[in-house]
Amino acid sequence: MMQRQDDPIIRLRGVSKRFGTVQAVDAVSLDVRRGEFFALVGPSGCGKTSLLRMLAGFETPDAGSIEIDGQDMNKVEARNRPVNLVFQSYAVFPHMSVAQNVGYGLKISGCPRDDLQARVDAALRLVKLEGQEAKMPDTLSGGQRQRVALARALVLRPAVLLLDEPLSALDAKLREAMQLELVHLQKTVGITFVIVTHDQSEALSMADRIAVMQAGAVRQVASPSQLYDAPACRFVADFIGRINLFEAVASSRIPGRIRINSPLLGGIEREGSAEGPVTLAVRPEKIQLSRMPAAQPGWLELCGTLTGIAYFGGYCNVYVDIGAAQPLMAQITNAGAARALELSVGGKFWCSWRSEDTLLLMD
Amino acid sequence: MRILFRRARPGPLEYHRRWPLRLVMAAALLFLYAPLVALMAFSFNDSRRNIVWHGFTLKYYEKLFANTELMLAFANSLTIALCSTLISIILGLSAAYGLWRFRFPGRTLYQSVMAMPIVIPEICMGVAMMAFMARTGWPQDLVWPFNLGAIIIAHSAFSFPFAAIVIQARLESFNRELADSAQDLGAGEFRVFCDIILPHLRPAIVAGGLLTFTLSLDDFVITFFTSGPDSVTFPVKIYSMVRFSVTPEVNAASTLLIVITVALTALALRLQQRAAAGVPAQ
Repeated sequence: MMQRQDDPIIRLRGVSKRFGTVQAVDAVSLDVRRGEFFALVGPSGCGKTSLLRMLAGFETPDAGSIEIDGQDMNKVEARNRPVNLVFQSYAVFPHMSVAQNVGYGLKISGCPRDDLQARVDAALRLVKLEGQEAKMPDTLSGGQRQRVALARALVLRPAVLLLDEPLSALDAKLREAMQLELVHLQKTVGITFVIVTHDQSEALSMADRIAVMQAGAVRQVASPSQLYDAPACRFVADFIGRINLFEAVASSRIPGRIRINSPLLGGIEREGSAEGPVTLAVRPEKIQLSRMPAAQPGWLELCGTLTGIAYFGGYCNVYVDIGAAQPLMAQITNAGAARALELSVGGKFWCSWRSEDTLLLMD
Repeated sequence: MRILFRRARPGPLEYHRRWPLRLVMAAALLFLYAPLVALMAFSFNDSRRNIVWHGFTLKYYEKLFANTELMLAFANSLTIALCSTLISIILGLSAAYGLWRFRFPGRTLYQSVMAMPIVIPEICMGVAMMAFMARTGWPQDLVWPFNLGAIIIAHSAFSFPFAAIVIQARLESFNRELADSAQDLGAGEFRVFCDIILPHLRPAIVAGGLLTFTLSLDDFVITFFTSGPDSVTFPVKIYSMVRFSVTPEVNAASTLLIVITVALTALALRLQQRAAAGVPAQ
């Protein structure tokens, strides 16, 4: 039977896994599309690595089904799955040269020697390691070892390449360069990448779509901009990027419209339906600072004392005490009118933002 | 000028440069090694008696190599050591790998029972082995080298835990992601073992092998109880020669054994150090 191009390449349905008393993965259902760069993010212990290991075949789910490329993977051993995993430690075989490492999978599959040689060369070119074939892993840098691990997996032309925290062992500069390179590599080879990371900014910058996990469950699957601009819940809003949260209570008098009352922000009207406690949120870069009240129709405004400035070069994070438990954080770019603001700790500032930039979060 | 050559007074923690510790050290060296040095020196002594130095000769080494009984004992010892080393490595490797790879009920118990032969007094092992061989009616009158079977079995039994422990220590430093990775690339369990785990264990296997080899080569107690009249080993033969008189020939034979044992132990230690240092960190 022919696979349709728009069928998902990975289809998870109700996948659960328990380790002792810990529910590592809890009834996860999600689809990964063919050829996309997919990221699983979440705080440590959220089950993302367990999920990845189940995809690779190193753990068996207690319940649910895993389908890869239209085939049920329940009874398929790790070595026979059409996926390859790039390990966090890279797991480059220390007693084999670069070329032997990259050719290992092909050798096992009984690939003829000429073909093996050509494919190893091509894979090494792809990860820019040509000329290093004879080197032993202990003479390579961390970044080069990772390239070996990538080439070793890609040379087998898997349907899906799984990457477990691939950038966590690299230093900051190299990590950023490698992020770009991984995205470029993925578009070049056209293989579906599934990456696991605890670093939300890494996921935002690389992935086409992201699944945010918490306590074994997937909270939201969306594109980076959707996740950022329209988080589905309080956890996702808080985990992806920085955000200011306000407790509020929603009540509905007319069907289809609700009124949200917050002690700090007053009342806001919204479409939708909700009852009871909700959270209002605003991203720090949406907030404008001024020394004078600048209330315009449709804007929200709070006044407070500036308590701290964290300078980052291109922008600063400014903390304003507005009488809540947490100070309000605003992000101010170091360009244009903001430079004339003369930020100083202890000064009185008005923070304002558009009412529609206020996010309504249900839980 | 004088100041350059005078040595500084010992510092507060430099005990090794003060006389009490030096005295203890000298005494220890004297009692431990002087007999051995004398034994080796007198193997070159040109005299029937081992008391007065009469001049240098190699004639006792010639006599030694002409002594067919002693040479047969030496050949027996080497054969036993070789065979028991091979068996010990296979058993030790299997035990260490099994304990590392699998979780099974009684694992901790087996772990401690396996190490028993290391702590059990050799004399008990020897008597037990003798009783066992007598009880099972192990044939005594087989042709060489099959007449060595009983000793080989006894030696393997007491020396394989040593191999197992050395290999186990090496396995601890194995990165399991390497095995997972090989599996991910398509290798089955056996291939993973041969391609990835064995190369990692190689220094430990060599070190463990050399250790068991020397243990077997110079073992006296257990061998004494399990050897028959036709399966005399080198240490047992030396013992029987000494019972008549300590001739320079015995000295020469002992010197030979010392040299072989020390050389192999040194090699084993070096390899073990390399094994402990491990492959450069990933």
